[in-house]
Amino acid sequence: MRDAFVTKLLELGRKDPKLVLITGDLGFGVLNEFMATLPDQFINAGVAEQNMTMLATGMALSGWKAFTYSIGNFATLRCLEQIRNDACYHDAKVTIVSIGGGFSYGQLGMSHFATEDLAILRALPNLRVITPAETWEAQDLLEEDIKLPGPSYFRIDKSAGGVPRGAGERGRIGVARTLAEGRDVTLVTVGGILAEAVGAAKLLRAEGVSARVLSLSSLKPLDEAALVGAARETGGIVTLEEHTIIGGLGSAVAECCLSAGATPGFFLRLGLPDVFSTVVGDQFYLRRKFGLDAESVAVKTRQLVSKWRERSAG
Amino acid sequence: MKLPNSDAPPSAQANEPSWTDPHVFAHRIRCHAISMTSLGKSSHVASVLSMAEILAVLYGRVLNIDPMRPDWEDRDRLILSKGHGGAGIYAALAERGFFPVDRLRDHYQNGSVFSGHVSHKGVPGVEISTGSLGHGLGIGAGMAMAARRSKEKWRVYIIMSDGECDEGSVWEAAMFAGHHRLGNLTAVIDYNHMQSLASVSDTLELEPFADKWRAFGWDALEVDGHACSTLEEALSARTGADRPRVVIAHTTKGKGVSFMENQVLWHYRSPQGEELAAALAELDSIGPPKDGRRDA
Repeated sequence: MRDAFVTKLLELGRKDPKLVLITGDLGFGVLNEFMATLPDQFINAGVAEQNMTMLATGMALSGWKAFTYSIGNFATLRCLEQIRNDACYHDAKVTIVSIGGGFSYGQLGMSHFATEDLAILRALPNLRVITPAETWEAQDLLEEDIKLPGPSYFRIDKSAGGVPRGAGERGRIGVARTLAEGRDVTLVTVGGILAEAVGAAKLLRAEGVSARVLSLSSLKPLDEAALVGAARETGGIVTLEEHTIIGGLGSAVAECCLSAGATPGFFLRLGLPDVFSTVVGDQFYLRRKFGLDAESVAVKTRQLVSKWRERSAG
Repeated sequence: MKLPNSDAPPSAQANEPSWTDPHVFAHRIRCHAISMTSLGKSSHVASVLSMAEILAVLYGRVLNIDPMRPDWEDRDRLILSKGHGGAGIYAALAERGFFPVDRLRDHYQNGSVFSGHVSHKGVPGVEISTGSLGHGLGIGAGMAMAARRSKEKWRVYIIMSDGECDEGSVWEAAMFAGHHRLGNLTAVIDYNHMQSLASVSDTLELEPFADKWRAFGWDALEVDGHACSTLEEALSARTGADRPRVVIAHTTKGKGVSFMENQVLWHYRSPQGEELAAALAELDSIGPPKDGRRDA
């Protein structure tokens, strides 16, 4: 997804001489073509993410479209106040690109687990929080976002949902993709962990449970209609995110449904409980460890659906 | 409540607008700051008094700006990175004609856009909203880089505080601007030697301050921050400069009101009652230099 995103960024940069990519000294092997092709549209800010974000704001307020680029929490939490006060308050055309959402860098340890970013960044006014699940979707969303005013955050996952583009399908900001239809439950995801939801839906189907699967292209704006529809049209909602269960996808879905008066029949947030992972492993290992893999999701969902059916029958 | 200085002080009643003479302009900024912080019961009056000449010289003599076109693309940019001095910027912009002086009465009032820490929302002429220290220089470096890469002539000025230089982000930006030789960037530091709880020296020593900037690739000058002609010379545009410049302006916190000078208390206290009257009386008794040229 990262390479596809950067490829699209280079394509856009060739067309727009006022697109600038500012990296916090990361991107070896990834940004090389961009650096070589568009040297006047590239800046290495050094290992200085606060300044990277301030530079981007200053350039954006001077007529440029500025992208900041780093991995994990460096592009976000390290310079959070610069994002809030500078990029967001000034509504500057700054696009924050963080490579490695969730456990993408699963072997690198706590510092590199981006597992609170959605909660924190979605609280910032003016900021779009964009969560592609597929490589092609990341490109579509970038193409759409670059035309919009104001700041945005792209959470670029290492994994991908693995569901090919449908005929005529385009990723759109604020519009959920429906990957499977069903009535018993809706599984809602952001990012590449969609693959686990799709897997869980298949397992559930084999057991007579029909699951709708929604992938949200952005947490802000949120596709409220899709979520309210899920609450009203299916038995309940299970949210799945490679992120703490506090404040991220699950919270956004709960807020949306309750505010709309659409209470789901049951509701479960799957993600990290309120903990840091102190062990490492690849992205799929860590999903299994925290019960976020397809099998675990299917087991927990089936239990909820069973209870819901009993209640409904009674 | 009637603002005590709503009538122009005698020294400012000339036909010329106040801003053409930096001494008169600085005097007006001080009078406004005293009144605004009194009316708003707000802090940081002493931080405005220390930079009155810096503001007056920049807004009156140095910056290429047009009050009729605050968003003019070719304007010079000024960022007040020490956002707690917001009253000073509002006063300078009002005197300069960006909006009516009467609007200064709104400072700190319920529903007002004139926040204690400077905000650009709804206030023509303010480039950047600040208040958290250590943001202005990096944003300014971004602007300077944008101007250079777009081959534009406008320049960028940043006013910073001394205590602000405790922030690591200042030195991130300083290293960047020095490395990239941003000659279109000028920082001026209101070095009043006082910060929030104690003196700079007792908090975190900045000296050798100019040498620190030079080591980061900057052209560093130390000047008397209340001497208008010296400031103007140091801040004026430099053709073909290949390094950013920092002007370390030695100032007196609370300058112009004897009982506020060098007192940490007046980082916070708002002048009321007898103190307000005494402060304004002292400013008026001193006034700007009669010939309009002598430096304070």
